[in-house]
Formats: sequence, structure tokens, C-alpha cells
Amino acid sequence: MTDQRATDAADRDVWSVAGRTFRSRLIVGTGKYADYAQNAAAAEAAGAEIVTVALRRVNLSDSGKPMLADFVKPDRFTYLPNTAGCYTGEDAVRTLRLAREAGGWNLVKLEVLSDTPHLLPDMEETLRALKMLVADGFEVMVYCSDDPVYARKLEDAGAAAIMPAAAPIGSGRGIQNALNLGLIIEQSKVPVLVDAGVGTASDAVIAMEMGCDAVLMNTAIAEARDPILMAEAMKHAVIAGRQAFLAGRMAKRRYGDPSSPLAGRI
Amino acid sequence: MSLTLVLNGEPRVLDAVSTVADLVAGLGLDPRKVAVERNLEIVPRSVYDTTGLVDGDRIEIVHFIGGG
Repeated sequence: MTDQRATDAADRDVWSVAGRTFRSRLIVGTGKYADYAQNAAAAEAAGAEIVTVALRRVNLSDSGKPMLADFVKPDRFTYLPNTAGCYTGEDAVRTLRLAREAGGWNLVKLEVLSDTPHLLPDMEETLRALKMLVADGFEVMVYCSDDPVYARKLEDAGAAAIMPAAAPIGSGRGIQNALNLGLIIEQSKVPVLVDAGVGTASDAVIAMEMGCDAVLMNTAIAEARDPILMAEAMKHAVIAGRQAFLAGRMAKRRYGDPSSPLAGRI
Repeated sequence: MSLTLVLNGEPRVLDAVSTVADLVAGLGLDPRKVAVERNLEIVPRSVYDTTGLVDGDRIEIVHFIGGG
């Protein structure tokens, strides 16, 4: 593919969630970085258009402290507020109403985790919270387990995107249940994003080759030895996986098949 | 006249504060970067000036931080 053709194809290859269109298929988190400056540089290197953010009390004893918005600027990145730390639907609604007021924006990420060391989602409460948020006018991208049955229930309840975990948050173990993820991709009419569990670039490539619409990650970049370089690697990985998905891979064979013709040998 | 609020979970006694706008400005915060909840109700930025505070109000002032 010529460079120009690649550029044209990339320009056309957009995805949409809740009526908003994006070109980058890599959403990055803003946690765990050494500082906000490194965070902003990583988000730029990743080519991200959306960043996840958390909502917390302002530190009133030090109101002059640097703020995320001074570095990762909301006019450059779309903020996707999360519900980290919420264990009930009521907590999630309260948090995201504040986020909507702070950001003037109703596209949000719902995550209701179980209070366990593995942090896997509490799907019963996630579904209940989703229904409350949809009734309150939010467009909700939902972090969920890789269970196709629950994924369908979320979609039926009005989720704007389905975001199954590849593996537990921050575990860096890659896609643990490719069969389930494939079933979710196949059945969903809203975008499917792998959210959580990506460890390195190949994990992101595999998610995109499988047909995910995008990938969301935080720790894989933030905890790399060189976060900026890893952010760039992830940008390329997501693009490579997406292009391979669009190109359509060759069929697998049981045996070898020579690439050079056998006819005309001397 | 002083006012006692529960501000981000901590009791605080404040002077010369009668509205949410006074409070946010007095704390040195940029109103465009925070959101305010008063007794579990969102206070829209457009009504900070006209939202009065009374003793015992429970106020939360939040902003965006890094998260995944």
C-alpha cells in the first residue's frame, strides 16, 4: 500500500460512539503516571483523542496544586469520566452527575468493580447502575466481564459501548478468553472495546485483529520503563491490528506452501 | 458573620461567605475546573452567585484527576 493510500484509508476509517466520531482507536487512561506532564506526553504519543479521567475531591489544603486539566487539556482530548471507586448504582449516578457538571459532557465510562483483589466487575450491580444512568440521560460506555450473556443485557439496556476486560485491571496478562471476546464482538451492534488487561503491544494487535472497535488501556503504558515510547508502540499496534482486520488475513494451512514457483527451475 | 459547613467531609468555619460563588472564589478555585454538590444536589455553575449557603450545609467540591 502506498503511503498516500494508507493515509486515505486511515482518514476514512473512523468509529463512532453515542453519535460522536473518532479517528483514533486507542483510548488511554490518565492514572499511575509519574506526573501530569508525562501523562500528557504519553497521551500525545499514543495519538489518543479520548482519555479516561476520575473524579475526586479537590485538595482544599493545597488548592494551588497542579490540575490534570492544566496538562491533559480538555480542548485537546475528550474526557471520559469514570466511576472508579463506586460500588453501587447510586454512587455511580452521584459521581457522574458531578462529572457532567464539571465537564459539561454526558459520555461516561461506567465501572462497578467487585471489592476483591482481582477487581473484576460486579455485573449485577453494573447492569443496575447502567439502567439508572441511561434513565438520567447519560451515554454510557460500560466496562464489563467477558461474558457474552451479560454483554447482551448491557446492550439491551442501552449501553453506548461494551468494554469487556481482557484480563483483570492492571494485570497486563492480555486476552484471557478469546472465544468469549469473539462472541461479544460478533453479537454486538454497538462498539466493542477491550478495556483492561492489555500488557504489551501484541495484546492490542490481537484485540484489533479480532475486530474490536478500539482498545482502552492505562497501566501497560504508565508502567512501561519508557511510557512515551510504549504509548507510541501502542498507537502503531492498534493501527496494525485494525489494518490487518480490514485487510483480511490469509487462510491457515496444515502444511507448507512455497512462495516461489516450482515451474521453470533450472 | 461566620458559617459552619461540612466541606469535602471536614467541618470548616468560614467568614464572609454567603454563596457558592463566594466559597469557590475564597478557596482560590477556578469555577470552570470544579463541580459543586450541596446537600447531595448538584449546583450548576450558572447559579453559583444565587445559591446561598446556610449553617450545616454539606458541600462537596470535586475535579478531574488521573484515572483509568
